[in-house]
Amino acid sequence: MTRELCDLSIIELRNLLEKRKVSFSDITNSVVKRINEKEKTINGYISLFIEQAQELAQKLDKEVKDFNNLSILCGIPIAIKDNILVKDALITCASKILSNFIAPYDATVIRRLKENGAIIIGKTNLDEFAMGSSSEMSFYGAVSNPHNPELVAGGSSGGSAAVVAYGGAICALGSDTGGSVRQPASFCGVVGLKPTYGRVSRFGLVAFASSLDQIGQIARTVKDCAILLSVVGGWDSADSTSVKLPEAADWWIKAIESDINDIKIGIPKEYFVSGLDPDVGKAVTNMIKAITPHCKEVKEVSLPHTQYAISAYYLINMAEASSNLARYDAVKYGYRAKDCKTLRELYEKSRGEGFGEEVKRRIILGAYALSKGYYEEYYGTAQKVRTLIRNDFDNVFKEVSVLITPTSPTCAFRKGEKITDPLKMYLSDIYTVPASLAGLPAISIPCKDRVQGLPVGLQIIGKPFDEKTVLRVAAWLERL
Amino acid sequence: MMEFEPIIGVEVHCQLKTESKLFCSCPVEYGAPPNSLVCPVCLGLPGVLPVLNNRAVELAIRLGLATNCSITEYSRFARKHYFYPDLPKGYQITQYQEPLAHSGYLIVNGEKIRIKRIILEEDSGKSMHCGNETLIDFNRCGIPLIEIVTEPDIRSPRQAVEYLRHLRLILQYLEVSDADMEKGHFRCEPNISVRRKGASIGTRTELKNLNSLRNVRDALEYEIKRQSEILSKGGEVRQETLYWDETKMVTGPMRSKEESEDYRYFPEPDLPPLLITQEEIARIKKELPILPEKRKQYFIQKLGLKPADAEILISEKSLADYYEECLKHIPDMPQPLANWIITEIFGILNEKKITINELGIKPPSIAKLLSMVRNGEITGKVAKEVFTVMVKTKDEPDKIVAELGVGIVDDENLLNSIVDEVLKTNLEVVEKYKRGKTTVISFLVGEVMKKTKGKFLPQKVNKIILQKLQG
Repeated sequence: MTRELCDLSIIELRNLLEKRKVSFSDITNSVVKRINEKEKTINGYISLFIEQAQELAQKLDKEVKDFNNLSILCGIPIAIKDNILVKDALITCASKILSNFIAPYDATVIRRLKENGAIIIGKTNLDEFAMGSSSEMSFYGAVSNPHNPELVAGGSSGGSAAVVAYGGAICALGSDTGGSVRQPASFCGVVGLKPTYGRVSRFGLVAFASSLDQIGQIARTVKDCAILLSVVGGWDSADSTSVKLPEAADWWIKAIESDINDIKIGIPKEYFVSGLDPDVGKAVTNMIKAITPHCKEVKEVSLPHTQYAISAYYLINMAEASSNLARYDAVKYGYRAKDCKTLRELYEKSRGEGFGEEVKRRIILGAYALSKGYYEEYYGTAQKVRTLIRNDFDNVFKEVSVLITPTSPTCAFRKGEKITDPLKMYLSDIYTVPASLAGLPAISIPCKDRVQGLPVGLQIIGKPFDEKTVLRVAAWLERL
Repeated sequence: MMEFEPIIGVEVHCQLKTESKLFCSCPVEYGAPPNSLVCPVCLGLPGVLPVLNNRAVELAIRLGLATNCSITEYSRFARKHYFYPDLPKGYQITQYQEPLAHSGYLIVNGEKIRIKRIILEEDSGKSMHCGNETLIDFNRCGIPLIEIVTEPDIRSPRQAVEYLRHLRLILQYLEVSDADMEKGHFRCEPNISVRRKGASIGTRTELKNLNSLRNVRDALEYEIKRQSEILSKGGEVRQETLYWDETKMVTGPMRSKEESEDYRYFPEPDLPPLLITQEEIARIKKELPILPEKRKQYFIQKLGLKPADAEILISEKSLADYYEECLKHIPDMPQPLANWIITEIFGILNEKKITINELGIKPPSIAKLLSMVRNGEITGKVAKEVFTVMVKTKDEPDKIVAELGVGIVDDENLLNSIVDEVLKTNLEVVEKYKRGKTTVISFLVGEVMKKTKGKFLPQKVNKIILQKLQG
């Protein structure tokens, strides 16, 4: 297959634009063409804004004369996960309960993208309210994996990962609560970055588990992810959990190209145990072998509380979800069940009919974990485990700069394979959840080897707010 | 019937005097059209996040310090969950295990009432039920409240009311709240149980819907009677929330918002812990305004006011402020000024049901009016007339005096001729005087004053009449 414009990176497109070899419209049209070819099989988008995108591209063609002071994202078609608010567009979270809700404001990340002239091409499919690891649990149907439509795209940002993989956008925003950017990126063979908790404003991201949610970047190259992060990241007065950092926004791009001979890499032994598909393990190990001679040190490290991460993660995740989803009560907006006689009936029927199975499961379990008499045992214990896991990371980061692990224990699995077994589904997050609990930056990049033609993800986890090192190591591995 | 002793604690929700809401920048105003002061944040729309209003924190700390509380250096917000249409997020952001201030006390009439905790939280919207429909106004949603909870230290309805009056006054003095009960700025929710003297504390009920201090007293008195009757018949008091029916003068069970009271509290993940440094606490402490009790002592001891007058003046902060503002211009007249404010101004305020600031007369104008009396420019009687005009026209007193022509005139010839005229037309009274009934002179003075419309000093009139009668 020849590479078309929609398959190029942000940097490549900018070069072509600056040399006047292509126009903004050429780029958008190429993406639109690919969407028209692929979308029917992949189902990556919930909403598309093709006309507006083409109009904006034409406007840029007319107006842009000088590239010197133009943002590198200007005219780049970007896909947005449909749990991030874009003003005047539907924001469904892939849920029936929000199927009629139009966003009244722009999320901070969207405002920044628009200010940089990025072209928002559509809103991507996901597991309902980002709860899932396969993008099958959507009111708008499952997302298919572009490498094999019988397989899942991963989740919950499956739509974002799939459309970037097939050329339906140059890059995308997703959200990562326990691996929802990294795992679908690994299944679809693209790069997925989850920044440090607090790096990117959550204002305008529909809350799922507030202490874990972070908006992530999906692209086909590490550098593109870095570019996207440099634009959307940074302190925001509207998000009290976002952090003020001293560095300038464009430090990543240069740093990415440097050597890694000062880097010490840790390999956590708890991540290479039974449950890991041996071929996936091999693909990751081969990457580690390749990097070893070029960095300062590679050593095995231990994160002893890893085995408790999944339980603690799901408890916190469900507790916070049960609270965050309480606002969908059919009173002010969203789906409302018909013919309700009492207030109680209105709540029960609207929420009962409006939410899907997985969402209801998490609301019920989460409410239980927070209830009187059980709070300490469940939520309280989970928070203690979270502290232990954070301490594990603090300890190893005294010795190493980054950790390398698989992103997921397997490659993309078949649709329907895990949907009836939530516990099995939850286990596919086993390697991504610890970094989420500790709020650490982590990236998934494709390994050089594939397994039966399918991409394998390698995860790099870094110190808090040290995206720079994570991206440097990722870019080095990408050049292999 | 056996003697029962009431055990009372009080929970007050008080609206803070901030420009904007607790977690967004919507303005706080009373009486705006429904749903005109709202934004995505206070409406709890998808994707929004709260940002704490630091002014609210400062006001809450102020009250904490004024009520001798410990200020928590590291406190947290929590989510309190329940479903109700006027609670748009399905939870209220409040504080739970880590209140902003705790373990304080107030001394009310010599008795110590312990303050258990003071917390900061957001208000809900307001449901209005009309027939079959319920309408919701979200203007109130997100307005900052403080909740002030006492220990069960109160032993009578009267003491509860005294505590509330005292607390309200402190809130006003601190400028923490207007504490206007009619506007719902100050909502009292007492809880009460009764016990036989010396027995352990019984089951309590909580009272709601008390929009005046009088209702607080009446409802508590009713509950004492009701609970005592139940207990003396060997029954058991049910733990429940009751509302006060003002017209029937009875309590009744509240329509419950939720069947079980499990609010599933957990720490609010969208807000970092609230860190308050010792330096901040010290600064706020230093800037605390003077409190009512201290001001009363100042009025009595330094200004020499009668204690009863001092008590009245401090009963509203705005009144005491106004008094002191006037006094700056006439520092030699503390007591006459107090008399004037208490008798003249207070009357008008009560009659019109307005506050002193709504009267529209600036302190320098009142000072000017009183100084005119002091300087012999007008009589006290005229001053009252002038004041009535001032209330209507808001004009300056000297202008009114000039317009009415009621200023004191020092024209002896004019006065002499008027006195002559009065004596001539009242010959029989003059006769009486000459026969030794000297008290009739006051009648003659009055007649002259009437004729001159108070333009002359009464002492002067008296003197001239005497001269003429004796001469």
